Amino acid sequence: MASLRHERRIKASVEEVWDVVKRPESIPTWFPGIVSCTVDGDVRVIRTVTGLEMPERIMTIDSSIHRFAYRITSPLYRFHLGVIDVIEIGPRDSLCVYSTTAVPDALALIIAGGTHGALLEIQRIAESHSQEA
Amino acid sequence: MGRKILFITTDQQRYDTLGVNGGTLSRTPVLDGLAAEGIRFERCQPTSVVCMPSRASMLTGQFPSTHGAWMNGVALAIDAPSVAENLKDAGYATALIGKAHFEPFMDVFGRFAENSLANLGIPTIEQPWFDGRRGAHRGFDHLEFATHGVMGPLHYAKWIREFHPEVVDGFYQVVDQDFNVNAGGGGDSGAPQVKFNDVPREWYHTDWVADRTIAWLDAQDSEREWFCWMSFPDPHHPWDPPKSEISRVPWREVPLPQNYPESASQRESLLDQKARHWRAWYDGRVVSNYEAPAHWAPATLTPDQVREVNALNAVEVELIDEAIGRVMGAIARRGWSDDVDVIFTTDHGEFQGDFGLLFKGPYHVDALMRLPLIWRPAPSVGVAAGVVHEPVSLVSLAATFLEVAGQPTPDWVEGAPLPVDDEDARRRSFESTATEWDSDLFGIDVHVRSIVTRGHLYTEYRPGTMHDGTEGELYDLSNDPMQRENRFDDPALSDVREELSERLRDHEERPGERATPGILTAPV
Repeated sequence: MASLRHERRIKASVEEVWDVVKRPESIPTWFPGIVSCTVDGDVRVIRTVTGLEMPERIMTIDSSIHRFAYRITSPLYRFHLGVIDVIEIGPRDSLCVYSTTAVPDALALIIAGGTHGALLEIQRIAESHSQEA
Repeated sequence: MGRKILFITTDQQRYDTLGVNGGTLSRTPVLDGLAAEGIRFERCQPTSVVCMPSRASMLTGQFPSTHGAWMNGVALAIDAPSVAENLKDAGYATALIGKAHFEPFMDVFGRFAENSLANLGIPTIEQPWFDGRRGAHRGFDHLEFATHGVMGPLHYAKWIREFHPEVVDGFYQVVDQDFNVNAGGGGDSGAPQVKFNDVPREWYHTDWVADRTIAWLDAQDSEREWFCWMSFPDPHHPWDPPKSEISRVPWREVPLPQNYPESASQRESLLDQKARHWRAWYDGRVVSNYEAPAHWAPATLTPDQVREVNALNAVEVELIDEAIGRVMGAIARRGWSDDVDVIFTTDHGEFQGDFGLLFKGPYHVDALMRLPLIWRPAPSVGVAAGVVHEPVSLVSLAATFLEVAGQPTPDWVEGAPLPVDDEDARRRSFESTATEWDSDLFGIDVHVRSIVTRGHLYTEYRPGTMHDGTEGELYDLSNDPMQRENRFDDPALSDVREELSERLRDHEERPGERATPGILTAPV
């Protein structure tokens, strides 16, 4: 099992960052390479640029601690847990942490590589919203 | 008319696989002929012994520690320099056909252009870096990609799956169910990454790369200059050439390599002289990098497996040589023969049984570091044929292409244009070349730096998971051409060690701007 983490300091309030990631259906707007998704209850199916479809189960959307957790349930993975935590540093200063734990290890690395790009997009969107506010 | 450039690369090909370099398993008359007409380099080194950093160096003319793609799985920055961009700016039509690998293959999200091109067609404004000047991608107008199999989103794989789905199962499955390099064996000997492949020769990726190159060349304006990078995925593993061709080299008749000690005790004795990760890998205690199967120990490699791998490798080399011959024929039919520079090389080598090992990794010896390099200048230029013995590096390719095109060398290029003979090499101080290795995968980090001169190969291991910073290797290439005796601690060579260590420091401290090292986003 491989456990990897990327993080990004963002010049936006914790709520502004949380607003970007909290809606399951918003993922195509901030995760590079995911072009669309469907959400039905706690089941989300994402579709990537390469045409791959991956089902996921939403585990937690907790606005009190700003945590979004989900599992990829595709048979490619024997286990996966993705967690996005948004942590308040200051009034317009947040830390967004995107963790990936998965089996097989190689796939953990691939997903975590994607989360690095996602954090950059989350930062871009949250900071642009923060400047508008 | 100016000079056109055909840049031919293979993947993971040893120096001694060509007839002109002393190889006896493969017949390579086309490349041997180009060498006879042009310049053959006796000691060409890569900047890295794995694909992505080495290929990025060809494109940028920079060492990995400068361009930032420091290990496989780290993408070359999208705004990194590209010699293709400069050639395009100079009016050249530019194409890359075959294996690129400046960006990770394992990319389920299709975030990298190489993996999305076949789906999207030629991207334009969809790519945020597109400014209307750089070409479709990294300065190339035209790109058609292939790699070592038929899975994934690249052009060749899609073509096979769409038009010839009946042959898909004939190819070796490169990765296992855990997405590690597959250790599964095949052929007659059970060697890893070997399979008898029923694909007809004309559908195999070697011929596809040549076919697509010829199609692109045939579409070019007669008078316009062009730069075509034709990049064969072979003879990199898997060793699954078309079954119809394997009788060319009967594996049971293949001699064992000179540097394959047949007894286990001999192999272990040789490996124990080297830094500790060599023996650890051989014994199956550590696989420090993704480039070898995670669940395979070299100690299990049998003499028959070495023979069979080397036979299939030789078949793949022959197919490449014949494919190059077809492309040269197409060039002749267009009337361009006198005006085309042909440069042939590869990105790194392969153990093929040396020291009882297979595949590659952080092991800086000739098996992985001494590369075939042939430059046949355009005959119209009148450069004398010859052999260069002084050490050169793939980092010189970008500057060489620009010189051929009559373009100035940009500040970002770190390598000087290749010399045309030994006198030219000595005049321009081609005395040593550097090779770098950095990897950090699942808690194992390895950092290696090597310097090669005409007489010695010197390696220092920086502190990491496997090394404490005191280990090294020093080989006397004149008296020990197979690098069997590590003289790192030999007092008789202390002056040599000191001088080569200083050369390494000079390399590390060389002037110039460094890109921020890229992020590891995939195993490969």
